[in-house]
Amino acid sequence: MAADGSLAGVALRRGAPNSLQRFARRRSSIALLMTTPLLVIIIGLVAYPAFYAIYLSMLNRRMTEFVGTLNYEILLESETFWMVAFQSCFFAITAVLLKALIGFWLAHMLHDIPDKGQRKWRGMLLVPWVIPPALSTLGWWWMFDPSYSSINWLLAVISVPEVPWLGHHWWARIAIIMVNVWIGAPFFMIMYLAALKSVPEQLYEAAAIDGATGFQRLRYVTLPMMANIISITVLFSLIVTFANYDIVRVLTNGGPRDLTHVFASYAFQVGILSGNIPRGAAVSLFMLPLLALCAFFVLRGVVRRNKEQM
Amino acid sequence: MAEVSLRKIVKAYEGDVQAVKGIDLEIADHEFCVLVGPSGCGKSTTLRMIAGLEEITSGEISIGGTVVNDIPPRDRDIAMVFQNYALYPHMSVYDNMAFGLLLRKFPKAEIDRRVKEAARILDITVLLDRKPKALSGGQRQRVAMGRAIVRDPKVFLFDEPLSNLDAKLRVQMRTEIKKVHQTVKTTTVYVTHDQVEAMTLADRVVVMNHGIIEQVGPPQELYHRPATRFVAGFIGSPAMNFIPARLENGAAALNLVLADGSVLPVPEDRTARYKPHAGRAVLLGLRPEHLTEPREGRGTYADIAIQPEVIEPMGMETLVHFHMGEARDLCARIDPTLSASPGAPLRLTADMAHMHLLDPESGRVV
Repeated sequence: MAADGSLAGVALRRGAPNSLQRFARRRSSIALLMTTPLLVIIIGLVAYPAFYAIYLSMLNRRMTEFVGTLNYEILLESETFWMVAFQSCFFAITAVLLKALIGFWLAHMLHDIPDKGQRKWRGMLLVPWVIPPALSTLGWWWMFDPSYSSINWLLAVISVPEVPWLGHHWWARIAIIMVNVWIGAPFFMIMYLAALKSVPEQLYEAAAIDGATGFQRLRYVTLPMMANIISITVLFSLIVTFANYDIVRVLTNGGPRDLTHVFASYAFQVGILSGNIPRGAAVSLFMLPLLALCAFFVLRGVVRRNKEQM
Repeated sequence: MAEVSLRKIVKAYEGDVQAVKGIDLEIADHEFCVLVGPSGCGKSTTLRMIAGLEEITSGEISIGGTVVNDIPPRDRDIAMVFQNYALYPHMSVYDNMAFGLLLRKFPKAEIDRRVKEAARILDITVLLDRKPKALSGGQRQRVAMGRAIVRDPKVFLFDEPLSNLDAKLRVQMRTEIKKVHQTVKTTTVYVTHDQVEAMTLADRVVVMNHGIIEQVGPPQELYHRPATRFVAGFIGSPAMNFIPARLENGAAALNLVLADGSVLPVPEDRTARYKPHAGRAVLLGLRPEHLTEPREGRGTYADIAIQPEVIEPMGMETLVHFHMGEARDLCARIDPTLSASPGAPLRLTADMAHMHLLDPESGRVV
């Protein structure tokens, strides 16, 4: 070692380090090396497919000619596309809202159960989320079947007329939302339960002494304390729900009359079933700016709250 | 402002575990009452029952003459300062302090006046716009106190408020709390496990152990006239020394005979009090400051020869740790100018005028 105790002295005695040695010693170089595997995965599985999809969406049907934004222009003039856009937004917003509300309610119910009995309820309530969606959707499809619908049979018991679950487009949309909520609500429940458990009990006690009613405790303590988890869960679910494919595919296959398609199922129909891959790619890419906008606002809120509170 | 009254208060948990075993306590209006005791003695549970955060198994609590057993915390007109401050992290200091008044629908101008006045008293005016995250431990503690002060409640409840602060800040905040009480004079119930906090802050100290009240009294009374071995050992630092002895009738007065045969005279004015216990095994209680270097003058002194095990120079005094037969962990306070070293014989004097005599079976001071 050198007189000043630095490692640099060793290198000097053995001769000046070459540029490769200097590069390897830098902290930033080590950081780059350590993150390389992740970068490779992101580039290979996210960036490349995304850019390739953008490239594809600018080709003609036979993928032999560059047509610029023609596919997008055709879609924007298509009535079906606007219906799909409406249905996707309606489906995603309604389903996420319902999942968030039901998940919040379930989390509160579970939180109030003593720890001893909580585990079995938690396990049971997570079952819909654990079953592969294609399988459980098939189960729902049978329950919605016009000939032997068990749901209609139950409704008949309380004298409610038969519902054409998958035969009428509005009922079909509601059915899709119901199934998505059934599958997705447990995810919200478990996230909110974790968030509820992390709120210090003394904050509730302080609020109770300050004069807060049960609703005011929810409004002024629980919700602000859970704001970040709520935002991130909603964003995550919005992305997944917006890109949902399997429920629509199994339950209605886009019908009746293509009125229940969402972006993903419509992109599959146009791109794979109808053989127009560039147009299918263009359909799927319409999700990107919408979700990017949501992500920007949600994450900005999360960062702001983190700076203030953590 | 109000008096607090606890009558036969019991708190039992599942499996018949009793945290509080039927305590009675009267806290006067304007009084600063400190509940002190070791962990698990029931002091925090008692405070939480006064706050309404714990249900009472049996008994009656009244605040200002009104029985509050079935009244929720928000309607008891109390304010509480928690150990970890319990500040709302998403609210500014101002909003934290104003929250209780806002929920009680006070006019905005009145809220503003009260918050600014409390901030002035606690010297936190410059912090009003900050979030709790941007405050130090001591500042957070002041905000928590400010939140209590603005409400102008009947009773302040403090649950170990200084436990999370470092030693220096704890001393500083202790003084602040005393100053605030001298200014606002609200009836205060303060829970701590630190007997120094209890002694310095309280008008009256309540010593609790195993869910019962061992003794209630002003700090000086507890220190000089403890009722039980627990109180004698808990109050005072270093703790009181307990030395097994036998009380014997001497020629003129009573004597205490220690295990090593040394004889310590009992002051004459105590003879009548201790006479019924003559011939029995007893415990001699002596505080470290009454076990010192040899002294001249009037009084009942007895010399003891010891071999110090550990010497602790404290600057203004020196603590000498030693043992005598079965009596271990004994401590004496000697003049710091005297030379004492571990293992070297040392002569001490026991000031018998300040002795305590305890019944080893009942644990009560005779």
